Amino acid sequence: MPIDLVINVLIAGTLTGMVYGLMALGLSVIFGVVRVVNFAHGEMMTIAMYATVVLFAALKLDPFLAIVPVAAAFFVFGYLLQAAVINPFITRPEHSQFMLVLAIAIVMVNGLLMVFGPDARNIQVDYQLESFAFGKIFVDKARLYAALAAIAVSAGLFAFFRLTRTGKAIRACADNHLGALVVGLNVKRYYALTFGLGSACVAVAGCVMILLVDVSPALGPAYTLLAFVIVIVGGLGSMGGALLGGVLIGVSEAMAGLFITPSAKSMFSFGLLILVLLFRPQGLLGKKT
Amino acid sequence: MNRRAAILLTVLTAGLVALPGFADAYVLSVATLILYLAYTGQAWNVMMGFAGQLSLGHSLYVGVGAYVAAGLFFHLGIGPWAGLWLSIAACIAFGAAIGFLAFRFGISGVYFALLTIAFAEFTRIGFDHLGWTGGPGGLFIKVAQRDQIDLANFRGPPEMYYYAILALTAGAFALCAWLLGSRAGYYWQAIRENEEAAQALGINTFRWKMLAVVLSSAMTAVSGVFFAFYYNNLFPEQIFNISRSIEIILGPIIGGVGTLFGPILGAAVLTILADTITEVLAALGWEFPGVKQVFYGVVLLAVIMFLPNGIWPTLARKLGISK
Repeated sequence: MPIDLVINVLIAGTLTGMVYGLMALGLSVIFGVVRVVNFAHGEMMTIAMYATVVLFAALKLDPFLAIVPVAAAFFVFGYLLQAAVINPFITRPEHSQFMLVLAIAIVMVNGLLMVFGPDARNIQVDYQLESFAFGKIFVDKARLYAALAAIAVSAGLFAFFRLTRTGKAIRACADNHLGALVVGLNVKRYYALTFGLGSACVAVAGCVMILLVDVSPALGPAYTLLAFVIVIVGGLGSMGGALLGGVLIGVSEAMAGLFITPSAKSMFSFGLLILVLLFRPQGLLGKKT
Repeated sequence: MNRRAAILLTVLTAGLVALPGFADAYVLSVATLILYLAYTGQAWNVMMGFAGQLSLGHSLYVGVGAYVAAGLFFHLGIGPWAGLWLSIAACIAFGAAIGFLAFRFGISGVYFALLTIAFAEFTRIGFDHLGWTGGPGGLFIKVAQRDQIDLANFRGPPEMYYYAILALTAGAFALCAWLLGSRAGYYWQAIRENEEAAQALGINTFRWKMLAVVLSSAMTAVSGVFFAFYYNNLFPEQIFNISRSIEIILGPIIGGVGTLFGPILGAAVLTILADTITEVLAALGWEFPGVKQVFYGVVLLAVIMFLPNGIWPTLARKLGISK
């Protein structure tokens, strides 16, 4: 196998993995703070992808510009979802929360099916077929821009949690729920805020992901599973871990597609997940609880 | 169990036994599906409802159970009665391996649930690449002679399958009722409510959790064998799919986790709900793809929000069955 082909695939896998990482980051942030596993995460991703398709078709809005309205809408949606529906469930058993989010996911996936039908949609922009060439190494423009957007948003979120008062308050709620209540933080509001931020993350990931893959309603559950694999591998609740996990899974998928058979690619992801769960259940970068 | 529960159970059993006498083919197929889901839900309930171990990958045991029995029948002509034991053995092996790894490494809660999904998905993709069972192209058993009963090969008319799954459901109900009142049942409930406290009282939690997983996987293996011989076709993409696992657990969760009647009630409510929605939408002429599931999801959401413990506990109080 020619080495430049391997390098090309490695680069493509890494860049896609960064977008995966951003998607998983949303899930990780939500779980890390609210302790509710968002089983509708992939479905939210596909909704964002469809929203980008619609904005592009109606207004010729570039996906990178669509990030702003889509992410804002998702922030509001996530905030309201947590405040109105999920907050009453935070003290309920896990299987109860699971069913709640699952019911939301069923409505989302089939709502998309109703509105858009089962066929795959995509968008075409002129930079999608262009690439930067370095000798025999090619880097797709769309993929590179998507990865850069993912890095920028992740960095922004990271800074928000480290540097702002609100971010610190949210981290306090995650660290010690009771303690946060005692010092007078409005924990439920911060939970809603966190769910909004996590939703905005997945919205941005969806906006740029539409440049890399076609979207169909059936993609939702697959992305939910993928996001789980990534955050568990990286460490559920760890922000850096989500990005690392995304890149690892992106690269391993690309490599499995190249060396073995593309249909077996997710077997490696799940195999990796099982190994990590058994030997390092807190994930690669997670803190031991 | 008090007198009212006994009366309810008697009426229910009599009604179900008499059902093929007056039901048409459609009603009988719906009833078979309900009982299939009730039985499988009861099997899942042993693990989650009794012992508190949330499995989101029960399609693994249905699939393995189905594929072992169907593969042996298809390739070697080994009948389902012998194949059944091998299916059970295979599922116990899977369940024990997952349980051993998870409980030895101290994995619980959400992580345990995700581990069960991972194993189910891993196995699904594995079966997609397994030539012996036909891979993604599926495995087909010769369709049954509809008019004569061939018990040895478990081929026959729909009534035979109906009574088989009815017997299984009744057997599982009796087994679970006995288990709940046994030492194992009390240990499981102690583990479910507070594992550390149970351990402090000297309960070997590892051993009892293993028992729950093994029992649940063995019971689910049987429903896999039933599935294979009732539907006659198996595809990894379908039988191992996570939506199958969800279908299995919806019944007990809607009906009432950890209760004996919950899985049966939940399976009946959900299946009839889905069919009613289909018919109402057909009558209204709203037959786009996805409409049915949207309604289904909304009703599911409502039930979970307003009856968080499931329908049965509330209903039982109204009927004066529970304290």
